[in-house]
Amino acid sequence: MNVMSLAKDAVGKSIAEARADFPILAEKVHGKPLIYLDSAASAQKPRAVIAAMVETMERQYANVHRGLHWMSERTTEAYEEARTAAARLLNAREREEIVFVRNSTEAINLVAHSYGRGVLRPGQAVLISEMEHHSNIVPWQLLRDAHGIELRVARVTDAGELDFESFERLLADGKVALVAITHMSNVLGTVTPAERIARIAHAAGAKALFDGSQAIVHRAVDVQALDADFYVFTGHKLYGPTGIGVLWARRALLERMPPFLGGGEMISEVTFERSHWAAVPHKFEAGTPAIVEAIGLGAAIRYVEEIGYPAIAAHEAALTEHALARLGGLEGVRVIGEAQERGGVVSFTLDRAHAHDVATLLDRSGIAVRAGHHCAEPLMRRFGVDSTARASFALYTTMDEIDALADALAKVREFFR
Amino acid sequence: MFDDLADLYQEVILDHSQRPRHGRKLECFDATARGDNPMCGDRVQVFVKHAPDGTIAEAGFEARGCAISVASADMMAEVLRGRTDAEARQLAEKFRALAKTGAMPESEEANGPVETAVGTALETLQPLAGVHAYPSRVKCATLAWHALIAALEGGKEASSE
Repeated sequence: MNVMSLAKDAVGKSIAEARADFPILAEKVHGKPLIYLDSAASAQKPRAVIAAMVETMERQYANVHRGLHWMSERTTEAYEEARTAAARLLNAREREEIVFVRNSTEAINLVAHSYGRGVLRPGQAVLISEMEHHSNIVPWQLLRDAHGIELRVARVTDAGELDFESFERLLADGKVALVAITHMSNVLGTVTPAERIARIAHAAGAKALFDGSQAIVHRAVDVQALDADFYVFTGHKLYGPTGIGVLWARRALLERMPPFLGGGEMISEVTFERSHWAAVPHKFEAGTPAIVEAIGLGAAIRYVEEIGYPAIAAHEAALTEHALARLGGLEGVRVIGEAQERGGVVSFTLDRAHAHDVATLLDRSGIAVRAGHHCAEPLMRRFGVDSTARASFALYTTMDEIDALADALAKVREFFR
Repeated sequence: MFDDLADLYQEVILDHSQRPRHGRKLECFDATARGDNPMCGDRVQVFVKHAPDGTIAEAGFEARGCAISVASADMMAEVLRGRTDAEARQLAEKFRALAKTGAMPESEEANGPVETAVGTALETLQPLAGVHAYPSRVKCATLAWHALIAALEGGKEASSE
């Protein structure tokens, strides 16, 4: 059995059957069955991903793009097959538009560094929103400080949606060269209208980057239909391994951008006087890449494709609706964010207890939630909270798990009476 | 349902977190510092006022954080009253050991007057020892103490990292 055939194991599986593909979900925590509601932080891995990675290391592993031997050629094929899978997932025009990086954070830093310093000019501006993850804030602050780029922040409405009035006002003077916005908030669950954002950005002469770390998990993304210029996501939230993520950009943009890191893999010729860069995307993949992880990501993408986004989206929409109804009906619970379009993430506060205490008590019931500022401190301030607890759902989450969360929350509130 | 959490959230801790006695900025103070736990966003500002004899006359705090961090700050303010800076430092060190290991630190010397005062104070803080079983929460309990030490040393900020 080779790596290619391994990922086919999940063919034809319904979403209800899919849960059995995740071995960790049979584990117990504090003697209770694990109820994993922290998939937005990192998703659990199906056997297809685990097996693809193990199979690579046990049977078919060498460095890529350099060996003239069988093992290297087969490993290169599997690695490049993952690139093809990522291109298919995003409906990229060409597979060469897919750059492998460590995660979304590195992808955004790559754009901020390479496109930011290489193409943007001092005095131009980058426009983000109030609901960005720190990974889509800090790289632009670094660019601002190093390169004289202005950083602008579009408001978010009380419902937790992008405030288009504020957004368009900040674009009006034509100084904004790049708009960098999340495609789905990791705190509010808000799915942003990326197509509309890109259209408005382009009309104002700006490029559009989307942080798809959350969105790609819950819905089909078509970068051509969105008319995006950059799209980034990370593998580990998409049921893949850590250490591998994707930067997609239009080829013309990648061609214009100088390399981010220098080293092996990314050159065509090196002399001590100067070096010539390899073609896109290898220009941006210096050093031995995360080979096993990329192959794991390829398997994760195939797994998601086999279950299908329509089934995943419908399942998660039902879970989210149920969660909002159950949590919304609990005394003392405040759900943060009421966007019309939303994915499977629900943030909330409890009147009698801090989010950390809530998380500790839920943990003793076997329920894993995230608590804190979710790497989005400015957004926390915007909604006047220090921290929230967050339950997030995946294709393996069940209605019973959401009921268990709601029941446990009522008891947490009793505990802090 | 949460029986096994009784060690962490003892009655006295819940009481201090829900009804802190010292949770306010002092009207006049001579030392203050902020403690931050960057991982979870907990924050506490500690205020200290010394008496003419150099002992701590009063301590207060403003906090945003979990029950453990608020209760710990309040209990700290309680036991600081009447202590010298040297005693406060000793107490901070011993409390950190208590929070980490759950065990009362051995007293090194035979009962000098300093040791006794610190020992009594430590007894008061003992209910917080349960935090040792929750490694991710130990920093919640020690945050105010980090801020206190920073304040006594004339600093402005401390981190529990």
